[in-house]
Amino acid sequence: MLTTTAPEIKSEEYFINMGPQHPATHGVLRLVLTIDGEIIKKVEPDLGYIHRSIEKMCESDSYQQIVHLTDRMDYLSSHINNEAVCLTVENALQLEVTDRINVIRTIMGELTRISSHCLWWGVMGMDVGALTTYFYGFRDRELINDIFEETCGARLTMNYAIPGGLMYDIHPNFVKRVKEFIVHFKTKLPEYDRLLTDNVIFQKRMVGVGLLSKEDAISFGASGPVGRGSGYSCDVRKHHPYSALDKVSFTESLLTAGDSFARYKVRIMEMWESMSIIEQLIDNIPEGDFRLTTNAVIKLPKGEFYQKVETARGELGVFIISTGTKSPYRLKFRSPGLSNLSLLNHITVGGKIADLVATMATIDIVVPDIDR
Amino acid sequence: MTNEALQNTIASWFENKLEANLVFSTEGSQFLNVEIDTGHLHELMSFLKVDKDMQFDYLFCLTGVDWNPELGVIYHLESTSFRHQLVVRVKISNRENPEIDSVQDLWATANFHEREVFDFFGITFNNHPKMKRLFLTDDWEGYPLRKDYVDEVNMITK
Repeated sequence: MLTTTAPEIKSEEYFINMGPQHPATHGVLRLVLTIDGEIIKKVEPDLGYIHRSIEKMCESDSYQQIVHLTDRMDYLSSHINNEAVCLTVENALQLEVTDRINVIRTIMGELTRISSHCLWWGVMGMDVGALTTYFYGFRDRELINDIFEETCGARLTMNYAIPGGLMYDIHPNFVKRVKEFIVHFKTKLPEYDRLLTDNVIFQKRMVGVGLLSKEDAISFGASGPVGRGSGYSCDVRKHHPYSALDKVSFTESLLTAGDSFARYKVRIMEMWESMSIIEQLIDNIPEGDFRLTTNAVIKLPKGEFYQKVETARGELGVFIISTGTKSPYRLKFRSPGLSNLSLLNHITVGGKIADLVATMATIDIVVPDIDR
Repeated sequence: MTNEALQNTIASWFENKLEANLVFSTEGSQFLNVEIDTGHLHELMSFLKVDKDMQFDYLFCLTGVDWNPELGVIYHLESTSFRHQLVVRVKISNRENPEIDSVQDLWATANFHEREVFDFFGITFNNHPKMKRLFLTDDWEGYPLRKDYVDEVNMITK
């Protein structure tokens, strides 16, 4: 009888480009992959395709103008970005805004978070081949955009918060429509779970993939749902509350598994928490001014001012160095996206290319936030 | 730990170990600031990361600044166990070939952020595994976030 042994299959490493135009990179991000067959050996992001040098532009802009540039960083958290700059400027001026401003800002921020997570959830499903989720996510996100449009006039780049308050007061329909949305979304969010979370195929793509330990999460500066999926308590809203967040009670969404599924579930839990925060505030929006008068030309005192906020993606830091003029001497945006992207190589090496797409979706990358 | 306690612990540790110029300040900032010379930066950072009373395990911001003529780097640190915060600053007087030790062996997040500083300020970080531009192309001339950077075509000065 003849016995044959299978010839040893040799493989060698090679490079492949993913992007800059690739649907799964959610924008113009180029990844240089070193692969051996289907196994990923290295993932190197190549950045800068849409770098607009916002930090340099800020050095010659007034503080009111800077707020508008922040919309264009993480465009899905635009209100929270606006708020971050406003808070930094107000802290520097020692300007105490009214409770009304704080409460409206927080409600807007949480609506932004839900709308961002809706979009992420839709695209997340699409990345792993479930096209229906995209329509579900966009359907519900549209309702929030309509609320934004009525009050701010804009659906995406809101420009609603300004140093010293808000651009306009809320629309008379605002409270009614937000309440309607909450009622609607409470019936829809369980559908998300039935459609995707509990799906066996989806779970097989997620559970145990893209593992990130708590120590690594801290070392890589992970924040937002990426950090919290690894059991790292990093919610800025809890640790350094701002606006009206110290007046509401909510639990930080924490899971310890550290895999893609944990990061996914944290975002679903966050949507419930955001709804709870809005419900606590929406019936009791205090009376008061929606805008305080500031000087037409805002000059910050000499010094350094840092403010962090929790966007839908994680910790956004605004660091202003002022020399006392109308523009900052140096302004740094510590974006959550850049730090979260830096750990992509760490959690995907050794896995398959298909898993890279799924894992990247759970990191929830918005490229303009990374490139700034 | 309060700012005073932090300051005392760091100062006493340094007294025994090294002769370095530490300057503490809280003026014009909500954090305690420590300024140190470039030669001792890495030793201070290792101490801050490893020491059991310090445990600054989270580097949440790394900023390059052009103080003209000096260049500078500002590190924002936080401890996730104690929740105390600290700012470490260095100034580099050599504008032609600014060099400083990398801290990416202590905090993995420094890898990308140091490359960003190199990209925009031209500060080279020693012992960094890949000291290349992060955003701009390799053949870009100059360092755009420096105050003396000129680009007559694309820059509008107000």
